Formats: sequence, C-alpha cells, structure tokens
Amino acid sequence: MNRLKHLFEHKKGPALSIYFTAGYPELNATLDIAEALEKAGADFLEIGFPYSDPVADGPVIQESSQKALDNGMTLEILFKQLKDLRKRVTIPVMLMGYVNPVLQYGVENFCRDAAKAGVDGVIVPDLPMYEYEELYSECFAKHQLSNIFLVTPQTSEERIRKIDSLSNGFIYLLSSSSTTGKNLSVSQNVEDYFKRIKSMNLDNPVVIGFGISDHESFQKANQYANGAIVGSAFVKLLGSGDGYLEKIPEFIRKIKGSGVS
Amino acid sequence: MSYHVNEKGYYGDFGGAYIPEMLYPNVEELRRNYLQIINDESFKKEFELLLKDYVGRPSPLYHARRLSERYGATIYLKREDLNHTGAHKINNAIGQIMVAERLGKKRIIAETGAGQHGVATATVCALRGLECVVYMGEIDIKRQAPNVARMKMMGATVVPATSGSKTLKDATNEAMRDWINNPVDTHYIIGSAVGPHPYPDMVARFQSIISEETRWQLKEKTGKETADYVLACVGGGSNAIGMFYHFLDDEDVKLIAVEAAGLGVDSGESAATTVLGKEGVLHGSRSILMQTPDGQVVEPYSISAGLDYPGIGPQHAHLFKSKRASYVSATDDEAMQAGLLLTRLEGIIPAIESSHALAHLEKMSFKGGETVVVCLSGRGDKDLDTYIRYFGL
Ligand SMILES: Cc1ncc(COP(=O)(O)O)c(C=O)c1O
Repeated sequence: MNRLKHLFEHKKGPALSIYFTAGYPELNATLDIAEALEKAGADFLEIGFPYSDPVADGPVIQESSQKALDNGMTLEILFKQLKDLRKRVTIPVMLMGYVNPVLQYGVENFCRDAAKAGVDGVIVPDLPMYEYEELYSECFAKHQLSNIFLVTPQTSEERIRKIDSLSNGFIYLLSSSSTTGKNLSVSQNVEDYFKRIKSMNLDNPVVIGFGISDHESFQKANQYANGAIVGSAFVKLLGSGDGYLEKIPEFIRKIKGSGVS
Repeated sequence: MSYHVNEKGYYGDFGGAYIPEMLYPNVEELRRNYLQIINDESFKKEFELLLKDYVGRPSPLYHARRLSERYGATIYLKREDLNHTGAHKINNAIGQIMVAERLGKKRIIAETGAGQHGVATATVCALRGLECVVYMGEIDIKRQAPNVARMKMMGATVVPATSGSKTLKDATNEAMRDWINNPVDTHYIIGSAVGPHPYPDMVARFQSIISEETRWQLKEKTGKETADYVLACVGGGSNAIGMFYHFLDDEDVKLIAVEAAGLGVDSGESAATTVLGKEGVLHGSRSILMQTPDGQVVEPYSISAGLDYPGIGPQHAHLFKSKRASYVSATDDEAMQAGLLLTRLEGIIPAIESSHALAHLEKMSFKGGETVVVCLSGRGDKDLDTYIRYFGL
C-alpha cells in the first residue's frame, strides 16, 4: 500500500526523483509530464504547486512558478487535474510548495484532497516543525501522507534526530544550504557531511536534492543516499519549447546512465 | 491583554517563524541570543552612546504651532527626520549591526524600499567596517535614486531585485535567498518589524526609543507623559511600533496607524493591508497580507516606496485584530497634499511615507485641547523628484 516504503524497501540501486512545477509550461500538462516521467524510468515525483514568492528557489523554478501562475494554476485546479493521477501513474508522488497557499486552501482540505488523489507525501519547506507537530501531524497521519523535512549541513544532530523521529517517508538532504538550481560541488566538507549523515543510521531513507543536474552529480549523491532529486535541470528542459514530452526519455536515460535501471 | 511577543514567538494569532530549514540555524541562533545580547549592560551603553553621538538622539519633540492652529489640537512632531541618515531606520540598523558583531558575523545584507533602511545599513557597515549588500527593487532604484547613490558612496553593493513587482517585497525575497546561500557568516538586517521571530520583537525594541523619549519629552512640555492620540505611518510597521511601544499599556492613548491607500482602497492600486488583506504567511511570519483566494501575494502599490508592501508586521496584525490600535489609510493625493502643507506651514519637508501619517490629521475632529503626537519618520530629501513632479513645481 505505502508506495514510498515499498519503493525504498525494494529498489535495487539509487532512486531518481524528478521535480516539476505544475502548470508549466502549459496549464494542463501535469499528468502528461508525470506519466512520461514514469515511463522514462523516474522512480518517484515531486509535483510543485506554484507560489508568487518562492524564497527557497533560484531563477529557474521562480520563473516556472510565475509562468504557471500566469497560466492560471491554482491548488483547486491542480487537484482537479490529479483526479486521474492513479489511472496514469503508479510511482510515489509528493506535492511540494510553500505554506501560504496550503493555509488558504485549508490544511485539512489539502490533506483530504491530496490523499483522495493518491498523493503519498507533502514537502512544505516553510511549514515550521513545531506547527506540523502540534497542529497537523494527526491530519497527515489520518490521510496517510508523509511529511518530508529538509536537512542542511548546518542542521544540528539533535534536530536531525528529531526530524527522523517525525518522518515516515524519507529525509530530504540538501547538498548545501542554497536555493534551488545551483550545481552540486562535492568538496571535502560536503563529503564529510554526507558521511556524517550516513553514519547516523537514521530510520528513514535519505534522498539528496538541490544541485543534482546530471549523471555525475546523481552518481555522487547516491554514494551516500538512497536516491536523488533533480529539479531545475528538468524544469529547464520543460522550458525548451515544443516537443518537451518527447525529450523526457533521453533526459532520464542520461541522468541514470547506462546499465542502471 | 499582552501586546508583546510570547515565549513561542507569537502575538495572539500572529508571528512565528515560517522559514525553510536553510534559514533555521541562523534564525534560531538569533532567537537564542538576542535578548541576552541586547540586555547586556555593555551593549546598552554602547547603543545609547551611538544613538546620542552618532545619530543625534534624542530626536526633538517639536510643537508644530501653525499645524496645531490649523487643526485645532496641540500637535507635536517626533522628529525622526533629524536623525543621521534622515529617518528612524538608523535606530534599528545600529542595534542590529551590534548584534551581528556579537554573533561574529562578517557580512551584512539588507532589503530596502525607499532606500532609507539601505542607507542606514550601508552607513553602519561603513562605521563598523563590514561588507554590505543591499537588495532593492528595480522600480525603487529608479524612484529613490539619491539613496542609491548614498549607499554606493558608503561602499555598499546595491543589487536590483527584478522579479515580481520589483519593489520592497521582491527585494525582501532576494535578501532571504542570499541568506539561504550564505548560511554561516552573514547577518540579515531586516529593516522593518516583519520577518520570522525574533525579528519583529528585536526591531520593535530598537525602535522603541522613539516612544521612550516621547514620554519624557511630553512630560517636560505638557506635564503629562501621555498624549490623546499617537499617529504613525505603516509600511512593515517599524516606526509605528517604535512610536506606539511605550504607550501600548496606556489604553486611554489612542493609537492610529496609517497605511498607504495608493490610488484608493478600491482602485486595485493600493497597499492598505488591513483593508485588503487576509491572514496568511509572508516573509517568515503569520500576519495579515494582501493575497488572492489561492494564497498568492498581490502586488501592492503606493507612491511611497517605503509603504509599498503587501503585509504588516505580526505585532501590528495583533494590534489591529485586538483593536488596540486603529488602522486607517491615506491615498497618494492626500499624502502629497499633507506633505506640501507641512512644508508650507512649518518649513519641514517630510518623507512621503511620513506624509501619510500627517494626512490623517485632516480626517480627525478635535474638540480643542487634545494632545497629538505624529511620528515624522523621515525627511523628504529623497522624495524631492516625486514632489516636484507631482506638483509641477
Ligand atoms: C521615512 C520612512 N518612514 C516609514 C517607512 C516605512 O517603514 P516602517 O513601516 O517599517 O516604519 C519607511 C520605509 O522605508 C521610511 O523610509
């Protein structure tokens, strides 16, 4: 039943997740893109719901969010689009975005509609841990949604332990404290940090994101983690004009590299 | 009722710290340390000395006789415009740079709307020899050119914010992105009483010098420490909270916060947050903000760059909801007229932001004998172009 758990328990080799902004480049492409990604070999997905003021994002995802809003994307429309999600997509799907649209939609409504659509988890970076714990964890549990927390090199060990205890999907490890769209550079420091996390033997799988853009960074991340997430590099592909759906298989193949399934 | 922040970082329903994990370590470091730092005796001494010798405090409480005559009340202006760098913003900038130094930070970033906070930050960075980067909306860079020049002269780097409405909100986004990407050695000097806890409280404390002085100045001049009315304009709300702070528990003092109505609250071109906004989260705190039903932030408008912001600080949201202060608004036209009036009656050219507070006097009715304090948050030098163009002078 739990698609995320199943994925990390049965997956041999690193899992690849792709982020894309719903409503970009076209309002109604959400499920077409999701389906194409699964067919091409992506192991799970993050579907971004756009926000006007995405402070954790670099220029690529900022622009895609603005374009998606200009195209008319709202949470209401997204949930309508996701009605057929489970007819077309079988891999785990997360929804990712900022807290204010969720608050306006109503957290309870959001969880209910996400669960109804067959969404597996939610990533809301600016939802404070204390507020999730006190107000929303029950609602998430009731709807069997995983809340995904972020960890950076500056996150204290104590806090990582706490995050691990509150998590039930995976932990989203940032390669560095940065906005989205920077390139991963694995310096000694980053390597030490990845090793430190690995040696903590956390209960939850760890997935590395931010700065993963190609086969090389994907491989590097997977030396230390159960998977990696590609965002800006894929959003760039979506912005490359007509025929973007046809370019998806090649994109995924290149990231995974030959011989990796 | 308490009007101050509780131990969880909230003012009633508002406040908190809605920040991504990348900002958590910095904000948490600040939260853990700010009270201890600013209550330390050596900090207090140094802060007071700088306010006195560098800023020129206390700022005068000026009895504006001709303005008083015109409106039929005894009107005092709290002269923050006479501070070094020309606005109240320097009070907070000095306090925060001293906090940053004590936290061992080497690099300072800031956002600015009118440029007054950017100038104040660039100034204290020059004073203390720290690197300074100021984010400013592209539109504001054009309409506040003198302040851009001042920042550059102080050695600051001014980075244009080119996203969204290209004004204060977007400059704030860019500053937050910078902080995310520079998580260790950088302190973000937020310029208004906004942002994640503890910023609104810290900024309010640094600006509270405005009402602290006003109380003893009133006592000297009127024999009484309080006034009947206290007025201030609100962008994010730092001069207003500083002006209100030591009057909050005197429930007989009527506090009036004046927002920018732009072309009119119903025109679609406005920044009157409490009229047009709803509860939500912006820039790290739960407050009131202008947004669509889908929770997208609406681009505000005001002729005044410093009030051109779609939210208000969480303490103001609480004062609004609890009705401790009343929130009103003044249009571009009303503010510009009030600015010219003060210039002609008192020989003081106010910042257009402050003119919004003055504009509300026109709508009040006095029996005679009331005491009114208006926070003159800044001077109008930066706005001469706008005034001259507006009036065709
Ligand atoms: C002179 C002056 N007054 C008021 C403001 C508005 O800010 P706040 O509401 O934080 O006082 C500004 C902001 O730039 C300003 O320059």
